[in-house]
Amino acid sequence: MWGIMRQRAACKAYHALNLEQGIRAIALRAFSSSAKQMTVRDALNSALDEEMSADPKVFIMGEEVGEYQGAYKISKGLLDKYGPERVVDTPITEAGFAGIGVGAAYYGLRPVIEFMTFNFSMQAIDHIINSAAKSNYMSAGQISVPIVFRGPNGAAAGVGAQHSQCYAAWYGAIPGLKVLAPYSSEDARGLLKAAIRDPDPVVFLENELLYGESFPISDEVLDSSFSLPIGKAKIEREGKDVTITAFSKMVGYALQAADILAKEGINAEVINLRTIRPLDRSTINSSVRKTNRLVTVEEGFPQHGVGAEICATVVEDSFEYLDAPVERIAGADVPMPYAANLERMAVPQVEDIVRAAKRACYRSR
Amino acid sequence: MAQLTRRSANLLKPFSASVSATRHLTTSDTTPITVETSLPFTGHKIEPPSRSVETTPKELLSFFRDMALMRRMEIAADSLYKAKLIRGFCHLYDGQEAVSVGMEAAITKKDCIITAYRDHCIFLGRGGTLLETFAELMGRKDGCSKGKGGSMHFYKKDSGFYGGHGIVGAQVPLGCGLAFAQKYSKDENVTFAMYGDGAANQGQLFEALNMSALWDLPAILVCENNHYGMGTAEWRAAKSPAYYKRGDYAPGLKVDGMDALAVKQACKFAKEHALKNGPIILEMDTYRYHGHSMSDPGSTYRTRDEISGIRQERDPIERIKKLILSHDLATEKELKDYEKEVRKEVDEAIAKAKECALPDSSELFTNVYKKGFGVESFGADRKELRAVLP
Repeated sequence: MWGIMRQRAACKAYHALNLEQGIRAIALRAFSSSAKQMTVRDALNSALDEEMSADPKVFIMGEEVGEYQGAYKISKGLLDKYGPERVVDTPITEAGFAGIGVGAAYYGLRPVIEFMTFNFSMQAIDHIINSAAKSNYMSAGQISVPIVFRGPNGAAAGVGAQHSQCYAAWYGAIPGLKVLAPYSSEDARGLLKAAIRDPDPVVFLENELLYGESFPISDEVLDSSFSLPIGKAKIEREGKDVTITAFSKMVGYALQAADILAKEGINAEVINLRTIRPLDRSTINSSVRKTNRLVTVEEGFPQHGVGAEICATVVEDSFEYLDAPVERIAGADVPMPYAANLERMAVPQVEDIVRAAKRACYRSR
Repeated sequence: MAQLTRRSANLLKPFSASVSATRHLTTSDTTPITVETSLPFTGHKIEPPSRSVETTPKELLSFFRDMALMRRMEIAADSLYKAKLIRGFCHLYDGQEAVSVGMEAAITKKDCIITAYRDHCIFLGRGGTLLETFAELMGRKDGCSKGKGGSMHFYKKDSGFYGGHGIVGAQVPLGCGLAFAQKYSKDENVTFAMYGDGAANQGQLFEALNMSALWDLPAILVCENNHYGMGTAEWRAAKSPAYYKRGDYAPGLKVDGMDALAVKQACKFAKEHALKNGPIILEMDTYRYHGHSMSDPGSTYRTRDEISGIRQERDPIERIKKLILSHDLATEKELKDYEKEVRKEVDEAIAKAKECALPDSSELFTNVYKKGFGVESFGADRKELRAVLP
């Protein structure tokens, strides 16, 4: 009943809202044209450069990070600047170099270990979890592990089943790890700097398809001391009808979905999680208490996914505020196919998010 | 049999000093004694060091004291486990003491050691105390890991001991990482990464060795070959059980791991080598009297004759005892009395450890992160038990 009443109220407010949004859109456009632009790739590269410059204990290790300038050019120029002792090319031996990285971190260095994609991190997952994440606890604080494991995560385009998995849910389950997932260039810079400075092991999940994307960036973000807090989500778009949570590439899709929804009178609030672990339950719950409806969006496999955790946390902490069941949008429950049409069906699309948001608002197609 | 030679026939030997210090069986006598190792070293792609080892009365007596303590500690742990005061896994080192003690004699606390789960004596060798050991084994808050680690997770970072690891083989890349960091920091120290004959077949070991050799890391891989990987004899697990040769391009040395002086010589040699030339493998031919762990009687895959035979012929403590007696550094009675002292010391430590409290409930949530910044964590029922991580 409340849902229907709210819908009626929404209709009345629709025209006023539209005008307000129009003014806001014009204002934003005017503002963004004067702001600088930076690709996610450059954001990551500059963050690495600045942190390596600031702290001689920081070094990068991984396949092709040095002479090749980085498989995705994230570490471009760093070998020339810092030399082969600090930008270390490895053989294709993830278990070995992840272990070496963790050992170096035990000693007090600050390694940044690159996995060419996180699919290959499975070769090294014992070191990430048993050697890195749990050591501070098992040693009662004697052995801390200030390491960052970074690299592209999730689906790229047409790379098939073994190269497309999202590991956010797996690593996000582990106490002792911090798991970050940047979206924009500001996220990339701020979170990578925070990760490198953090004394705990951090899994830093990038996205290959975002590397080339450009985002506006302020002077504050460009400052070398800039960093973002770990464990705090960002409200990318304020709204009041439905909360959409997303991370990494899906934030862009969620924002596009929000634009489409706005034209249909649904004002969506988009939350960019930024951190998978520790999850910002407080921001998520406050948002749902305001909107009363939730759609979680992720690229990874649905079972035991990030969305499942968010749904559980909202049901536990904000049950009375929910006006509709929580909707989950996730990757299809199949290994990633290669054919373009099947691949498209296996990854969330903007229309999936729109449809789910409408369902949460009890609106038919 | 070891050949015994004496460098100096010093009539004013401070035997009197050792008599008066019987209670602690120590001496400050550093008169050099040269001893031949029981067996020559066998080298792989390297010229092995000499069989003649320099030692001193002081060192020989300290070997005896340390090994006697380690032996007693492990036997006491056996009883505690059977009394259900130690839970979970308990992997005992008795028989292998010479490896720890010989290694310590060749290195400093700035050199790093990392090993797997058979770590109680290594911890002691690095300067850990009996109380910290027993308290940790019994899960008390005065344990070296405040009761949160257990038998397999002893650490002593300030003495260069990095654990204490439960996953077979993982400690080898970690050890090479320590060596990487030592080289990066220009510390002129080395890391000894210890592993067993079972772990010697792990792929990650070869991955780490490859990188260590490529980058000339000061890493010494020490295979404690006690001939059984849990219940599997080496010949059933390794196509080539010549572990000192398995490094292929990396040089190796086969050492009698029951001879503390041979171990010392090999470790000294290896340290010099690693600092200049990168990784080297040391295979310590050793033996564990206990089974793999307290859940393993150790007699289903070995004969009792084999075990007692090694005890008779190759026991590391007996070897040092013979050296001490033949050099008149102490009498049989003094050594026996010392062993009684050790027994008492161990019993006292156990009694004290039994008095220690279990960790406070709040410790469930400490040390998850070094920097938790107010993050929430949960107990089994999150509506019942929540905590903010410091």
